[in-house]
Amino acid sequence: MHIFLFLLFGAFCVGGAVNLLIQRKTINSALSLIVVMGSLALIYLLLGAEFVAVVQVIIYAGAIMVLYVFVIMLLNAGEEEPSKGSSVAKIFGIPGLFAGGIIGAWVLLQHGPEKSDIPIGALYGPANAVGMMLFTKYLLAFEVTSILVLIAIMGAVVLARRSNS
Amino acid sequence: MTIPISWYLLLSAFLFACGVTGFLIKRNIITLFMSIELMLNGVNLSFIAFATRLGTLDGHIFVFFVMVVAAAEAAVGLAIIIAVYRTRETLNVDRVNLLKL
Repeated sequence: MHIFLFLLFGAFCVGGAVNLLIQRKTINSALSLIVVMGSLALIYLLLGAEFVAVVQVIIYAGAIMVLYVFVIMLLNAGEEEPSKGSSVAKIFGIPGLFAGGIIGAWVLLQHGPEKSDIPIGALYGPANAVGMMLFTKYLLAFEVTSILVLIAIMGAVVLARRSNS
Repeated sequence: MTIPISWYLLLSAFLFACGVTGFLIKRNIITLFMSIELMLNGVNLSFIAFATRLGTLDGHIFVFFVMVVAAAEAAVGLAIIIAVYRTRETLNVDRVNLLKL
């Protein structure tokens, strides 16, 4: 059952990622990216990371993608202009991509970590344990991140403001 | 019942490779940003897979920080895209090749 779920949502991930590449309209790419992020959240749940799965849905599939879709609608981003793709890139690039992928997959599957099976079903990342670690061991990083987010908010406001000169 | 960690790593590598490919072949600046998000998602999957394999929670914390940085990056980056569109009237990165108008 778990393997079936992993394969199903892995296939959704792969399909969404490929669809993001082949779509010409920006809004279709954004929607397929939402598919990728939602399926990744379910894969995180399969891995037992419930906190990360919920945060993935709320922050990535929720907040960030809403921002993207909002900007796409605001700027009327339509179809991408077709470019004259170089034939050399097509002749050498696509077989090279496949060869590289096959070599990488072979190396990973042959020389992967020893005893590398992941037991599934157990919840490793309960929210209270993650929160405890976040506010004790990684407290400094957490506070620095809050400053980063504050600076990002101010930067976004300053950059997107219409200059009144 | 177990799933080999290599499968998760392969999926993660595929997502990252798709992100790199999209960053290289796409011309719409918003799609380039979405490719960066795809790369970050691929890395996050590796973090979670290794964290589950090692039985620690540190990977979850790192993923949380990656998400926060990605949110900040998206906010600032999309603001920059809006500013670029106001001055250049285009979203094609091939036409945005001068630092100064």
